[in-house]
Parts: sequence; structure tokens; C-alpha cells
Amino acid sequence: MEVGSPSPAVDAAMAACLFALDPVGCGVLLRARPGPAREAWVALLRRLWPDARPLRRVPVGIPDSRLLGGLDLAATLAAGRAVAERGVLAECDGGAIILAMAERLDPGTAARIARTIDEGEVVVARDGLTQRLPARFGVLALDEGLADDEVVPRALADRLAIHLALDDALLPKRIDENDLDAAHALLPRVTADERVITALVSASLALGIDTLRAPLHALTVARAAAALAGRGALAEDDIALAARLVLAPRATHLPAPPESAANEDAEELPPPSKNEEDPATAPVPQELQDLVLEAAKAAIPPHLLAELQAGLGARSAPRAAGRLGIEQKARRRGRPSGTRPGALRPGERLALIETIRVAAPWQRFRRAERSVQTTTPRVIVRREDIRLMRFKAPTERTAIFVVDASGSTALARLAEAKGAVELLLSDCYVRRDTVALIAFRGIAAEVVLPPTNALARARRALARLPGGGGTPLASALDLVGKLADQVARRGRTPIAVLLTDGRANVARDGTPGRPKAEEDALFAARQLRAQRLSAILIDTAPRPQPTAQRLATEMGARYLALPYADAERLSRAVRAGMEMQP
Amino acid sequence: MPDDAIPRRSGASVVTPRKATRRPPFPFTAIVGQEEMKRALLIAAVDPSVGGVLAFGDRGTGKSTTVRALAALLPPMTVVAGCPYNCAPDSTSGLCPACTHGDESQVASVPVPVIDLPLGATEDRVLGALDIERALAEGVKAFEPGLLARANRGFLYIDEVNLLEDHLVDVLLDVAASGENVVEREGISIRHPARFVLVGSGNPEEGELRPQLLDRFGLSVEVRTPEDVATRIEVVKRRDAYERDPAGFVASWAKEEAKLRRQIVSARNRLARTSVPDAALDRAARLCLALGTDGLRGELTLMRAARALAAIEGETSVTDQHLRVVAPTALRHRLRRNPLDETASTTRIERALAEVFGG
Repeated sequence: MEVGSPSPAVDAAMAACLFALDPVGCGVLLRARPGPAREAWVALLRRLWPDARPLRRVPVGIPDSRLLGGLDLAATLAAGRAVAERGVLAECDGGAIILAMAERLDPGTAARIARTIDEGEVVVARDGLTQRLPARFGVLALDEGLADDEVVPRALADRLAIHLALDDALLPKRIDENDLDAAHALLPRVTADERVITALVSASLALGIDTLRAPLHALTVARAAAALAGRGALAEDDIALAARLVLAPRATHLPAPPESAANEDAEELPPPSKNEEDPATAPVPQELQDLVLEAAKAAIPPHLLAELQAGLGARSAPRAAGRLGIEQKARRRGRPSGTRPGALRPGERLALIETIRVAAPWQRFRRAERSVQTTTPRVIVRREDIRLMRFKAPTERTAIFVVDASGSTALARLAEAKGAVELLLSDCYVRRDTVALIAFRGIAAEVVLPPTNALARARRALARLPGGGGTPLASALDLVGKLADQVARRGRTPIAVLLTDGRANVARDGTPGRPKAEEDALFAARQLRAQRLSAILIDTAPRPQPTAQRLATEMGARYLALPYADAERLSRAVRAGMEMQP
Repeated sequence: MPDDAIPRRSGASVVTPRKATRRPPFPFTAIVGQEEMKRALLIAAVDPSVGGVLAFGDRGTGKSTTVRALAALLPPMTVVAGCPYNCAPDSTSGLCPACTHGDESQVASVPVPVIDLPLGATEDRVLGALDIERALAEGVKAFEPGLLARANRGFLYIDEVNLLEDHLVDVLLDVAASGENVVEREGISIRHPARFVLVGSGNPEEGELRPQLLDRFGLSVEVRTPEDVATRIEVVKRRDAYERDPAGFVASWAKEEAKLRRQIVSARNRLARTSVPDAALDRAARLCLALGTDGLRGELTLMRAARALAAIEGETSVTDQHLRVVAPTALRHRLRRNPLDETASTTRIERALAEVFGG
């Protein structure tokens, strides 16, 4: 299908033009390493950017007082009255902010920015001030993330229309600098056919894009593109461009083959009354949808296309985003992360500067109150001024080893597993991780060793572990869930390491029989996944089994097949697996 | 909107900047789908004693849009004119110190406050604190009420509730439980009523909600992106129409809004007369027993929610159908295992419903 001539370089340059024209509607998430390509892109944007509008870089660790605004302490003290300081978001009203290293953005900061985008105004309720300030701005997020789990917080990424990836081989091509002023005047008048909406929504669905913001973004981008081209109505090129810039990067799977898609649409599209108007001038939705899909498909990078075709569309693994659970607020270890009010108890650390900041505006007032007394301290600090340091530290981990001691795991393998666990134990000891051990054989699973960091105890428990009997996998997984829950409640991050061949033959209620046992095990595995437990499953079968692999998938666990591993190799693999966990 | 409607003493707003040109909120009745969430909010509007609504789920499904739309929908309430705590003129208990001692005062009609708790709000603005402006300029100790005061008799909305700072969560839990806010600061001591419906929304991906907070919400709603194309198209169309011309779009829904508003008013009037037959009580108890929910709170919420729903639907007594409809909303966050696995909880409730109600 002929859809313009999509060249990534031209599209990238177009994205800069669109952002300059409509920064609020066409926010950009630019995934690129710092380098000539990115510099060229940003330079292009700056060239297009009208001087009168603010375009400010915002550091990723910006405190709330600068982001949202608050009390301007120096001015307040000098003037003797409360003077508000506007935050960056309010200052950039009518312009745009550039977020460098956006992948390191704290989810809380991202949520504040996201909310301001939604509301078009910043709500400040800080330092004795309550303000609402207009804040309509565009966001350019520079994402330098390398690994797959280094991603811009979804709350923000979701609200940025254009997702653009640049690499060094791709320099933005110079294009004609369109007359932005004319486009600006035209933009509010660009009309969009209802058919376009239908096509964009259907195409989003076909590409597996869940959020409804995507088709809305695509519509906005298409309108801006039309305005740039001096058109008062959307043309196919505009829609195709929007599909490439907005929909393609968000695709999670490829559309079903055309014939089945056509059937589906025939049933689900709204009544044809809406499609009756001037059918001659505009293409019918099906064609439009094909156009959108073709354009999007053409813009998906080849390696991703292959992955999507293989059904591995797991670019947005849910676990990667849940960073909040991993970093816990520690009392006195880790890196500082802001302050909080509270009582100064042993074990807390005073945030001196912040405390004085809070106390400062009240000094004159407090001095006046105290004037009857002869001596007053230079600074009067009261209990409610006290601010304490807050720290963020990665939580300690508890590795829960789950060892299959049943007869199907040959005794030799059990010895290997024991050896590996022992090696890992010493490893955990060094890292101050605690370990727990669950063994299952016969008709039930049991906690052989509750979470501990006593190495000697763990060794003894392991050595005593007998082998043989049935494989009550479901009970074992249930027990893992329960133990992980307990561990998490104590503020630790549980990670399960299962050593099994996955061949369950004892059901949850203790009765033998393979089909029921396997069904129970898979059910229990799904429960663990719902619990979002990080897990590694090591297939101990001499030949890797599809059953174990299925179990790992259902559980959301990393699967390692180690048919002939010795203890040393096994522990190395687990260690590598554990490092990869968040 | 609400904050303009709340009378504030002079001096408190010296730093109020130029007015933001705010667009009217998206109309409640124009929201496509999300029936469970809309129903839960209406139930809370009819009977605030159900104790709060939690909406968790997918991004971009209009969670905050729906809550903010509620502000424009609710019928106005009467307050003691000038009272910063929205005290009810005809009430004798639960009043702020000024209104308790006050004589006959003027009555004003104001919109029900739906107060947004912004992320990054500091404790002094939430609880209320000494008025910094007056302290600096006049050396006068005056209490400036915070967001909790403004939310009294209304709604307090926390978007991204799972990202809220721990110390603020503690404060909120305390106030939500007692219905009263106690401030001890700068040598002043004040207590004022703070009864509000806590509404929280969030995305489970951002982190889990503390169990204590989860338990504090009466109703819990799971929000999903609609699956079928026609609904999705309608959502996008309406949103687009609103973005292009907010005022015009809102005007075109004014009639629908007025209709639903009347429905809320008559449901509130009918609520006291809506009976819960013994058979329904029995069913509710059996359902909670079958699900093993903790304590009596689940049962109580289930009953109140069913009664409010009956009132909304214009009926005079609670039927099995009402219980069935509200059971997932009232109970899903109270099941013991896997509080986050909403699908499984919903399935379990459905199974229990089939067991208790048959078929």
C-alpha cells in the first residue's frame, strides 16, 4: 500500500515540527542515547521553537518546591509577608519542559507532572499556600534507558503522544521549515471525519494497544500534521504519519490476518448510518483502518516485528514498573530522599536546613510572643518544625528455596540441588539476604527452614532433607505464596527459587493422580503470578520438560533448564537470575 | 469550582494569583461505560456512610475524569454562610466550634465540595495550620483551615492514592475514622468536623496499597478499558468533542445531568424509607460467611450499598438483585488472600453468589 514514503529520518524531523506547533497535544518521548542524533533533533526543535515561549530543562531529581512552587523563603523574610514562588510547571505555561534522563524519574514526580498535564493547571498546597496556576505545557522526555526495565514511568509515557526512537545512524533530515504561524492559526479549524476516529480506534485495538489515550493522541497528531501541511481536513498522509509516530511504537501484537479482521469489524462497527455521508470523497473505514495498520506496521522496527510475530509482545512487563515495592523507606540507610515531619527520636536524623527553613517565617512572630523574656535564642525552633531525613534503601531480600525432594527427582539431582543451595546460602549471607527452605515430597510440603540468616542452621536443615515419594507441587506452591506473603509483610522482598521437574502427581488435597495434580499446580502457579512474586524455576529433569516450562510461564517465573548442571553451575545460574530481578 | 465556593476569610488569599481559565469538567452522564464505578460513586453520594470508594485499574480509563465529573453533578447543599467547615445549618451535632456557639446565622447554598488532594501537598495544607500571612503581617495567631476542612460533608479525592506519602496516609486514616480533625500547632489547638467520603484512584502497577488503607474504603471498583470497538469509538469521539469545545459539549449534556441530579435527590429522600427485609439480611450474611470476609464491616457495607442502590432505582425495599449487583463492589477488597488479584476475587464472589442465590 502506498502511504507516502515513510522514512524514519523524515518522521523524526516531522515530530520536532509537530511538537513545536502543538506542544501540549504532541508531547514527545525521545528514546535515544546522548549523541549526535539526539543533539541534532533537539537543535532542530530549538530552531523551530518561537523565542517567546519557554522551553526549559527540568532536572530529574527536582524537588516539589521547584516543580510545583511554594513559599519563596528569602523574599518572604525580606518582605515580611508571604511571597509565593512559582514552580517550573507554572513558569512553563504556554511552553514546554524537557525532562532529561526521564527513565530515572521518580513515579511520584511523574504522577505530579501527569496530573498537571491532565488538569492544565498546577495545584499547589504547600508551605501555607494554596494556589492554582495555569500550566499548559508540552513535555519532551529524553529517555536514555538501556535495559528493558529502565523505562519512563507509564503514567507519563502514556500521556506523551509521540514515541520516537533515534539511534546514531539516524540523523534527522533537514526539511522545509514550515510556516508555524500559519499552521498555528489553522490548527483549531482542522476537521476530522468520524471515520478517522473509527479507523484509529479499530487499528489501535488490532495492534493490541490497550489505552484509549493512544487513538486520541493519534487524532491530535494527525490534526497537527494537517495544519502543518496547510490542510483544513485530514488527509491520508496525516493519518499515516500519526499511525507511525503514535500507534506503531505502542503496538504489542500484530493484527490478525485480514480476512478475520474484516469479519470482526463487520459485526462490531457502529451502525452504517454514520458512514453514509459523502462516501465518494472519503475512504470507507476498512480502507482507512488498513492504511493506519499498514503505516503502523511499516514503522515497527524489524527486530520488534519479529518478536511481535512470535507473540513475544511483552515489552511492557508489569513487574518492571512496580519499582515502589522494591525500594523501601529505610530509617537511616540508603540514599537520602527528601524529608518528612516527625518527632526526633533515637535513630532518626535531623534535616537541619529544612527544619530551619520551616521555622524561619515564624521567627518574628515567635520573638514577639516571647518578648517578655529577657533572653531569646537566635532561632526559635518548635517541635512542629522538626524535619527528619528520609532514606531510600533497597529492601533486603529473602530467597525462598523450594526443593523438590520427590522420587521423580532422582536422588543424585537432589544432592546437586542441595549443593547449589548451600553455595547460594553463603552468597546470600555475604549480601545479607535471608533464606528460607521449603521441601516437598510424599503428600505435602513443609517449611524446613523459616527465613533466617543463620548459615549453620540452614546447612543442617539441608543435610537432614530426605528424598523420595510423590510430588505434591500444588501444596508446595501454596506454601511458597503464604511464606512470601509473610516475608513481604515484614518489609522484605521475597524471591522464590524452585528446583523441580514440574511433574506433579499429588493433588492439593493429598490424593494421587497426575491430571488433577497438574491442574492444581498450574492454578497455584497463577496465584503466585497474581501475587507478583519474583521467581526462578530451575528444571531439574534430565531432559527439559514442557510441563516445567508451562509452570514457569503460568507463574511468571524465569525458566532455567539445567539438565547436567553440577552444583557450581547451578548456583552461578541462579545468582545470575537473581541479579536480573529488580 | 468547590474551592471558590468555600468562603474564605480575608487575608488567606493574598497570594492568590491570576485566575486560571478552567474548563468545565467532563459531564458525568457523558462517560461511556464504567458502570460499576459510576454506580459506586452514586451510591456514596446517596449514602455517604458506605465509607468511600476506591477505583483501581487500567490507565486512561477516565478514573479521575469520573470523580471530577461528580462535583458538577451533585445537587447543592446548604451550609452556614461563611463557615469554613461547611457546617449544616439544621444540624445540632458535629459542628465546628464557631457554629456550635453561634446564634442564628445566614444560610447559603453551595456546591458539594469534591476536594482534590494534590500529590506533593504538605501536611500543614491538608490539616490546616496557622495563617502564615497574618502571622507575618499582623502578628496575629489565626487558624487557616486546610483541605480536610474544605472537604467536610463532601468528597476528598486522592488520585494515585498509592503514591501518597506515608505520613499523610496516617493522618487521613485517623481523620477518616474519627470524622474529626485535631490540630495542635504553633500553640493553637483546634478540633473541627471532617466527615468526608474518601475517594481514591490509582494504578496497581505503581505500587500496592497498604492493607489498612484498602480496608478503609467501603467500596472497591475495578476499572478496565472497554473491550469492544463500538464503545471505544464512542469514548474517543466524546472525548475529542469535549477537547475541541468544552463549553458546548457540556451544554449539550446539561439535560441528562439535570435528570440524574433529580434522581439523586429523590433517592436521598427515599433512603430512610427503603427497607431491608430479613430475607435480604440473611442472604447478605450467608454470602459474607461463604466468602470468609473479615468482621461485620463487609456485611454492613453490602447492606447499605444495596439499600442506596434500591433507593436510586426508585424501589422501596432491597431485593436479591440489588445485593447481587453491589456484592462484588462491596466485598472484593475484603477477601483474605491476594487482595491485589482482583479478577480472582471477583470470580470467587461470583461463585459465592451463585451458591447463595442459586444459579
